[in-house]
Amino acid sequence: MRKLAKLTWVQAKLFLREAPAFFFTLVFPALLVIMFGIVFGNDPESGFVPGYGYIDFSTPAITSIIIVSIGLMGIPIQTATARENRILRRFRATPLHPTTYVGATVIVYYVMSLVGMAITIVVAKALFGLRFAGSWASVTAGFTLAAAAFFAAGYLIASVASTARVAQVVGQLLFFPMMFLSGAAIPLQIMPEGVRHAAAFLPMTHAVRLLQKLWFGRGWGEAGVEVAVLGGTLAVGLLLSARLFRWE
Amino acid sequence: MTIAVEVSGLHKRYGSTVAVDGLSFDVRSGEVFCLVGPNGAGKTTTLECIEGHRVPDSGTIRVLGLDPRTCGDELRRRIGIQLQEGGLPARLRVWEALDLFAALFDRRDVPWSLLERLGLTEKRDTYFVKLSGGQKQRLFVALALVNDPEVVFLDELTTGLDPHARRSIWDMIRAIRDAGTTVVLSTHFMDEAETLADRVAIVRDGRLVAIDTPEELIRSVGGEDHVSLTASGPIDPAPIAALPGVTSANLRDGRLLVSGAGDGWIGRLVAAVEAQGAHLRDLSTKGPTLETVYLTLTGEPVDSGAGSTSDAGTDA
Repeated sequence: MRKLAKLTWVQAKLFLREAPAFFFTLVFPALLVIMFGIVFGNDPESGFVPGYGYIDFSTPAITSIIIVSIGLMGIPIQTATARENRILRRFRATPLHPTTYVGATVIVYYVMSLVGMAITIVVAKALFGLRFAGSWASVTAGFTLAAAAFFAAGYLIASVASTARVAQVVGQLLFFPMMFLSGAAIPLQIMPEGVRHAAAFLPMTHAVRLLQKLWFGRGWGEAGVEVAVLGGTLAVGLLLSARLFRWE
Repeated sequence: MTIAVEVSGLHKRYGSTVAVDGLSFDVRSGEVFCLVGPNGAGKTTTLECIEGHRVPDSGTIRVLGLDPRTCGDELRRRIGIQLQEGGLPARLRVWEALDLFAALFDRRDVPWSLLERLGLTEKRDTYFVKLSGGQKQRLFVALALVNDPEVVFLDELTTGLDPHARRSIWDMIRAIRDAGTTVVLSTHFMDEAETLADRVAIVRDGRLVAIDTPEELIRSVGGEDHVSLTASGPIDPAPIAALPGVTSANLRDGRLLVSGAGDGWIGRLVAAVEAQGAHLRDLSTKGPTLETVYLTLTGEPVDSGAGSTSDAGTDA
C-alpha cells in the first residue's frame, strides 16, 4: 500500500509537470465552455432539450473530452514513453509489482479527470448558470464507466504501439476526429444526417450520450446501448492489453 | 571465503545468435569482480541472467545462495542493479527518485546520505532530464544502493563519460567495496578493469578467456616492457640491441625505442647509453597491460569487436 501511495503521489506530480496532459484535462474543457457560452449563451429557450440552454446541453458532452483525451492520448503516450526511455525496465529491477505501477497511473488519471470535470462544471455554473436535472451519483458512475472504457482502450494502444511517436500519432488520429464527430465539441443535432448515422459507430458518441442522458435525469434503463458499447470497449481493451502489453 | 555469485555452464542464445556459450565463474564476497570484453561478448546478457531478468537456456546460477529464477523477489531486495540501459521520468527530481526507490524497497527511512556520497547534494532538486551523463550514472548508482544491497551489479557504468567523470565513478566504486559490498562490474575498457578489479574475467564470444587478478593475468602472458628515451648525443642502436634481455632497439624521430623482457635489462640499457658518451635527457617505460593480455590471448585488439577479423594496427 505504501508503494502504491508513494508511486501515485509521484505520478501525480509528473502529470502536473506535463503541459499537454495538464492542458487537455484541466484547462481546455473549461475554455470550450467559456467559448460556447460567449457565442451561444445559455438561454433555456434556445437549446436542443426543452427548458435547457446550449451550455446545459454541452457541458456533459465536454466532460467526455477529458476522459477520451486522457484515454487515447495521455495514457498511451505516457506508457509508451516510459517503455521507450527504459523507465519500465528500471522499475522492473525493484520489488515493484507491475500492477501497482498501472494502478498508480490509473488512479492519477482518474482523479485528474474528476478534477477536470469539476473545474468545467464550476466554470459553467459560475459564468452561465449551468442547470442540472440528474443525480450526482449517477453522473459520476457514468463518468467512471466511460473513463474505464477509454483508459482500457488507451492501454491497448500502448500495447500495440512500437514507439512513443506511434502511440502519439495513433492517439491523435483517433481522438481529434472523434471529438468533432461524436457530439462532444459540436452537437450532433446540427450535423448532417450522414454524419449522425456514422457517429453512432464511434465509442465516444456513446460516452457523450450516456453523460447527457444521466445529466438530464433519465435513468440507466434508457441507456442500454451506451452502457453496452462502453462495457464492450472496456472488456476488449482489458482483455487485449492484458495479452499484448510489453514492459520492454 | 564465501561465494556471492556462482555461475556454472551458462548458455543463452537469441534465435540463431549465441550470446553466452558455457560461461562459468565465481564472485567472492567483498571483491570487485570485473567482466571485461568487447561489445557483444555477452556481458550484459550474463548480468541479466544473474539478476533474474532473463532466463538462461541452460546452466545454474546462485546469487547469495538463491536461484534468480525462483527467488526473484527475495533476490531483488538483497541486490542492487544499475542497468546499462535504464531510465527515469524526465521531470522526476533527484530527491524524488531516491525517495520513490526507497519506498519501492520498503525502506522506512530514505538514505539521503547517498546523495552526499555520490556528489549529488547540489542536484537534489534538479530534474532527471537536466542532469549530465555522469550525474545520471551517479544517480543510478545511488538508486542501486538504496536498499543496502549485499551485491551490486554495475553494467557499463562509465561508457560515454568524460575522463574526469570516469575517475570520480572509479573512486565511488572503491568506496562501495570498502564499505563491504560485493561489486560486479562489466566494462569494455581494459584500463578500467585493471584499475578497479580485484579479479577479472575476460570474456569473448560468450566464453571465458581467462580469469584471475589483473597482476597475475599480466604476469602470465609475460609481455615485454618498452622504454623510450632521448640523450644529449647521438646513440648507435646496434650495441644496445645486442644487450642481454633486449629484444629490439630502434631510433625513431630522435628517440631511442627499446623493448625487452626479464629483470635488470633497463639498468644495462642506461649504462650502455652512458658508455656511448651520451647523457640521458628523459626516459619513460611502459609495461604490459590488461590490453596486452587480451591481445595475446585472443590475437585481436579489444576494440575490434568480438569474432570480427580486424585490419586495425596491432601496435599495442
